Amino acid sequence: MQDVYRGIWVISYRELLRFSRQRSRVLGSFGMPLLLLVVFGAGFNRTIGNLTPGVDFLQFVYPGIITMTVLMSSLFAGLSIVWDREFGFLREVLVAPLSRSGVILGKAVGGGGVALAQGIVLLLLAPVVGIALGPMVILQVIPLLVLVSLTLSGLGILVATMMRSQQGFQVVMQLMIFPLMFLSGIFFPVNNVPAWLQIVSKVNPLTYGVDAIRQVMLGASAAASPLVDGAPLGVTVFGHTMSVLEDAVVLGVLAVALMTAAVWSFNRQE
Amino acid sequence: MNSITVEGLGKRFKDVEAVKDVSFAVAEGEIFGFLGPNGAGKTTTINMLCTLLRPTSGTATVNGYDVVRQRKEVRRSLGLIFQETTLDDYLTAEQNLLFHAYAYSVPKSVREPRMKELLTMLELWDRRKESVATYSGGMRRRLEIARGLLHHPKVLFLDEPTLGLDPQTRRHIWRYILDLRERENLTFFMTTHYMDEAEHCDRIAVIDQGRIVALDTPDNLKDALGGDVLSLRSENNEAAMLEIRERYDLQPQLEDGQVVFNVPRGEQFLPEFVRRFGQRLLSVGIRRPTLEDVFLKLTGHAIRDEEASPAEIMRRRWGGRR
Ligand SMILES: Nc1ncnc2c1ncn2[C@@H]1O[C@H](COP(=O)(O)OP(=O)(O)OP(=O)(O)O)[C@@H](O)[C@H]1O
Ligand SMILES: [Mg+2]
Repeated sequence: MQDVYRGIWVISYRELLRFSRQRSRVLGSFGMPLLLLVVFGAGFNRTIGNLTPGVDFLQFVYPGIITMTVLMSSLFAGLSIVWDREFGFLREVLVAPLSRSGVILGKAVGGGGVALAQGIVLLLLAPVVGIALGPMVILQVIPLLVLVSLTLSGLGILVATMMRSQQGFQVVMQLMIFPLMFLSGIFFPVNNVPAWLQIVSKVNPLTYGVDAIRQVMLGASAAASPLVDGAPLGVTVFGHTMSVLEDAVVLGVLAVALMTAAVWSFNRQE
Repeated sequence: MNSITVEGLGKRFKDVEAVKDVSFAVAEGEIFGFLGPNGAGKTTTINMLCTLLRPTSGTATVNGYDVVRQRKEVRRSLGLIFQETTLDDYLTAEQNLLFHAYAYSVPKSVREPRMKELLTMLELWDRRKESVATYSGGMRRRLEIARGLLHHPKVLFLDEPTLGLDPQTRRHIWRYILDLRERENLTFFMTTHYMDEAEHCDRIAVIDQGRIVALDTPDNLKDALGGDVLSLRSENNEAAMLEIRERYDLQPQLEDGQVVFNVPRGEQFLPEFVRRFGQRLLSVGIRRPTLEDVFLKLTGHAIRDEEASPAEIMRRRWGGRR
């Protein structure tokens, strides 16, 4: 057990250290979401108008942008394993007396730490784009971001353990990121699209992360309030509109399942 | 006590038998060399001993621990310097060492003096705060050696430690290795395909196509060839070979237009030989045998049929990178 804990902290420590030493990555990771916020705020907000009484487009999309930032950084945990393998460093890790599970969890925690830091910076910038968030909201959003991050790190790492080359990993990631991002309710309410798209969106784990964070920010009543055509703004599964807690349970179960699969796959390969 | 014992060790990949029924033992404090050409199975053997690969047959122990059943203990007790570079380029030298110390739970009270001692010895202390990306090949190698020794291992594995380095740097690395043996009573297990380096080893195992074909001290291996190497060219090499075979009962071979054979105490043999020789001699030479000769004799082929090209060295040292 000691080897697991040491694995987690040594590996995550290195991830954070590496991140802090790559200035371009630090800037890039904050720049992109900020740019999106400005574009949506200044660009779309007037054209699109309120989705439901009291919720304009920027307020709607803001929780999604934060989730998206976490998505990018979390998948990076997988890329970091592929890099380590390609640049040789993984062998230094594998021959050390660290547990394999600890190494994998450490990658997830490291990626999660970076993701969380970015999420928090965006949360603190909320007033700048004209969104008011109380401290209570921020405190509730943080654990949700952690859950989203663990789920997606698990996914990224699982893919990484099955990929031999960086190119291969990046191709698979490109193929996954766009559907994950665009079919997750970040940019449109998932109840308000054609049936096939609803189905695709509702099997996307990110949808539940976005929904939970949005409900915390806008309040549960906003999630239940109807859109123009009558369906609620939130996510409805089999006629039931998901609560924050239910979203969190879905994410939690997925996080555990994906992490377990990633650890298993890594143990089997290396 | 033996630091390493290996019994009938074998590794089969899907369609290649990389290591076949290898057995040997390495005594404490010994420098043991694995000498063999590309693809002989050197790295595969090291990987099995260091628990990175599971043997498909046989058993092995390192510092008394079984490499399959006691992997944690094996890993704690050895240091490994890989054939390809395994440093983190984004970190400084010091941060690379720190990571290693954490991973091996080296306490701070041990770590600080040890880092200073090793970095000073390997002449990297002044540059410890620099990013590894700025290091030369030789500096990287030295840093990897420092890292491999940081947690006070009892056995150090080095997989082609001097591959791709210039002769002066290679000599330096060897000075550190010999120095370390004196200071820390370390056991070394190293692989190489440089003949001159194998000479530094106490004992060497010659490995070819996954099999150990000879195992002894460098001197004994050379003596076993049957003395000095005599090479000559004459106007008629065929007739010269016939004469040597019949008059002295020796087995000459033709190599690059030269007749080559081994005789004990060559310097005494030569004057008489030249006086009595029936053919016209164009040239004659005598030298002590080298491990290259040993290898040629044992396997029937030279260890490197051609010098490795710089690109080849890059590939082997840097793995899939670039
Ligand atoms: N993971 C693997 N899968 C399949 N075959 C492998 C694998 N690793 C090594 N081999 C094969 O096993 C043989 C021995 O390889 P190994 O790397 O041990 O040689 P080596 O003596 O270290 O050579 P070099 O001097 O080039 O490093 C080679 O034929 C190689 O192709
Ligand atoms: Mg090798």
